[in-house]
Amino acid sequence: MKSIVKWTGLAALLSSSLAFADGGAVHPQFRWLTFAVFGAIIALTMFVTYIASKKVKSASDFYTAGGGISGLQNGWAIAGDYLSAASFLGIAGLISLYGYDGFMYSVGFLVAYIVVLLVIAEPCRNIGKYTLADILAYRNDPKKTRIVGALSVITVSTFYLTAQMVGGGLLVKTLIGIEYEVSVVAVGILMLAYVLFGGMVATTYVQIIKAILLVTASIVLVMLVWAPYGFSIPDFLTSVVGDPKVQGQVAKVLGDSADNMTAAQLGQRFLEPGLYLKDPLDQISLGLALVFGTAGLPHILMRFFTVPTAQAARKSVIWAMGIIGGFYVLTIFLGMGAATHVGAGEITFVDKGGNMAAPMLAQYLGGGADSMLGNFMLAVVAAVAFATIVAVVAGLVLASASAMAHDLYVGVIRRHTTVTPDEQMKAARVATVIVGALAIVIGIAAKGQNVAHLVGLAFCVAASANLPCILLTLYWKKANTGGVMAGMVIGTLAAITLVLVSPNMTYPKLKLADAHKVLDGDQKKVKELQEKLAAATTPEEQAKLQKKIADAGEGAPSKLEKAKAKLETLTDPAQKAAQEKKVIGLEKSIKAAQDDLKKFEGQKTSMMGLEEPLIKLKNPGIISIPLGFLAVILGSLFYRDEKAAAMWDEVYVRQNTGIGAAKAQAH
Amino acid sequence: MTTAYNWTAIQADPRFQALHAKKTRFLWTLLAFSVVYYVMLPIGAAYFQNIFKIQVWGPLNVGLVFALSEFIVAWGVAIIYSRRANNEFDVLAREIVEQAHTMGSR
Repeated sequence: MKSIVKWTGLAALLSSSLAFADGGAVHPQFRWLTFAVFGAIIALTMFVTYIASKKVKSASDFYTAGGGISGLQNGWAIAGDYLSAASFLGIAGLISLYGYDGFMYSVGFLVAYIVVLLVIAEPCRNIGKYTLADILAYRNDPKKTRIVGALSVITVSTFYLTAQMVGGGLLVKTLIGIEYEVSVVAVGILMLAYVLFGGMVATTYVQIIKAILLVTASIVLVMLVWAPYGFSIPDFLTSVVGDPKVQGQVAKVLGDSADNMTAAQLGQRFLEPGLYLKDPLDQISLGLALVFGTAGLPHILMRFFTVPTAQAARKSVIWAMGIIGGFYVLTIFLGMGAATHVGAGEITFVDKGGNMAAPMLAQYLGGGADSMLGNFMLAVVAAVAFATIVAVVAGLVLASASAMAHDLYVGVIRRHTTVTPDEQMKAARVATVIVGALAIVIGIAAKGQNVAHLVGLAFCVAASANLPCILLTLYWKKANTGGVMAGMVIGTLAAITLVLVSPNMTYPKLKLADAHKVLDGDQKKVKELQEKLAAATTPEEQAKLQKKIADAGEGAPSKLEKAKAKLETLTDPAQKAAQEKKVIGLEKSIKAAQDDLKKFEGQKTSMMGLEEPLIKLKNPGIISIPLGFLAVILGSLFYRDEKAAAMWDEVYVRQNTGIGAAKAQAH
Repeated sequence: MTTAYNWTAIQADPRFQALHAKKTRFLWTLLAFSVVYYVMLPIGAAYFQNIFKIQVWGPLNVGLVFALSEFIVAWGVAIIYSRRANNEFDVLAREIVEQAHTMGSR
């Protein structure tokens, strides 16, 4: 295990001699504090990996910790696997900017576990061994279903992985100013160390540690936010709706329609739906993908093979639902606390998507950007977020590596020969290195790309391909190889194709138009306002509209000049600071628009050759999920498969009773 | 190891059929209820904003109460299911597992 020491040394070296990018939320004076906290967490997980590495002797240990994880442990590990940076930082951020709509995301993530609990967890434990494709191969043609199953696992995991790597790199850069590439490599190397040496045992413990840290940190923050109101819900909410920063943010989001609202109405609006999610159908579609996709996520399914019995699988989902649900309730206080204490203006100034809401709230609660405690708390939240990314990535890499080594290599390529336990282990480790290296390469290659839709796409493919195939294989007598092949292919292709023609893609023509709007003013809006002006009757209304027309028609560069001129005249420090922010904000938007002009110059169409999106839906679940189910049903009805029919009795009895499952995990 | 059991006989056994019938009805009812209750949230948020806006306790409105009730319902479903599974389904399944090798051998 000398090599572990080497890895740790390398990680330490990386963090001590890092090239700093400018910026970062942590003040340079306190950067050592951040590294101390990061170092402590990394050291703890490395120690656990070292212990675990002694226990990993067989492929079964490597993939599923030998089935020796308890229900309680697995519940925490599921929470650790599932609560990604997107849900921790992303949802707290959405709530801090848009109130109620951000919280709606939280609900879907928990409800998803009802599907897992009722119809997926226990049967999967009873039938499967290491991978999702094991379940399909048991009843159907093993070679064919292993190939499509493994490909789907790799597809889903790669989408999810890319989003995590890119998100992680950006996050570390924003938080402490480390170069993007360096943090992607650091995440990759750490994750490889856990998985390679400690397999599922180390991955499980890293996920448990991370989940405990995340929940503890959130509880501490929520206590600090809520305690001043005596833990009263109405008092806390009254302070939120009465906060001028919240009211200002709502007015900004609503734009023109906020004109006739009072401050109190604006504040209350923050607790009502519709500030962020504007298309109802899209909203329902996203909800369906979350609820049905979770049950088809390979890295979550894999967790059920680590427990010894169906009862333990059940217990682990119950624990996971308690932890995950409890955490998501806390996100209300994290998000709204950030909205009142930090304010949407400051949050979006650091990161447009709001991802910095929770870390900035921690810094504020500890005493602000100049205090030791404030920076310590920021460092803890940053380290927890980093641990989160590493733990989720480790689970994803393990899931794809098992699909590659166990399903494709051992199950398909070496199907006719005996594979010794040593060879199985070697295959697993080689696959891990391949997937890990790919994750780093993809992470670096995707720098600067818009990957926000990839997590949604991963859920959507899981819901449209994996779930229909697993569910019908387990519960429908007539399901067979033909259905699984059709379901996997059509479900995956439908989800991906629909996203490729959706508004998620980049459309140069629209981008160019937006950039021109910023630089030269929005002529379309000017026209609209002029029409309104013609219809306006009272002088106040006319004056208001004229002011708006002037604002809409003016490009950012001339606004910038005026803002700079005004800055010269200001003397009050507070006003000056606010005006400086405005100037920086304008400079940023001008630069972004100019960059876009350069980047998309001469381009007319998106990757798919489209000038604008073909469909309005950003989340295609509502179309692709029924398509996936339909494909499995039709594929099964038009295909003759004697094995699948003959195996039905056995599969159904086993998934319900667990007969033979104890034996399956003994070897 | 699979040849030791007569799966068709176990599947046809009245005890297994009883377990199957009970589980099927219970699970799919709970699942359908949960999904419908969940989908009511985005539908309500989109089409019944007037109801969601009604304030019930200070600034706390129906929409927030409904969103929070989703958590209570999810946990409730989990408890109801685990009670029934622990007390009833597990007992029936254990009986079948113990008798499995004799089923169909007569």
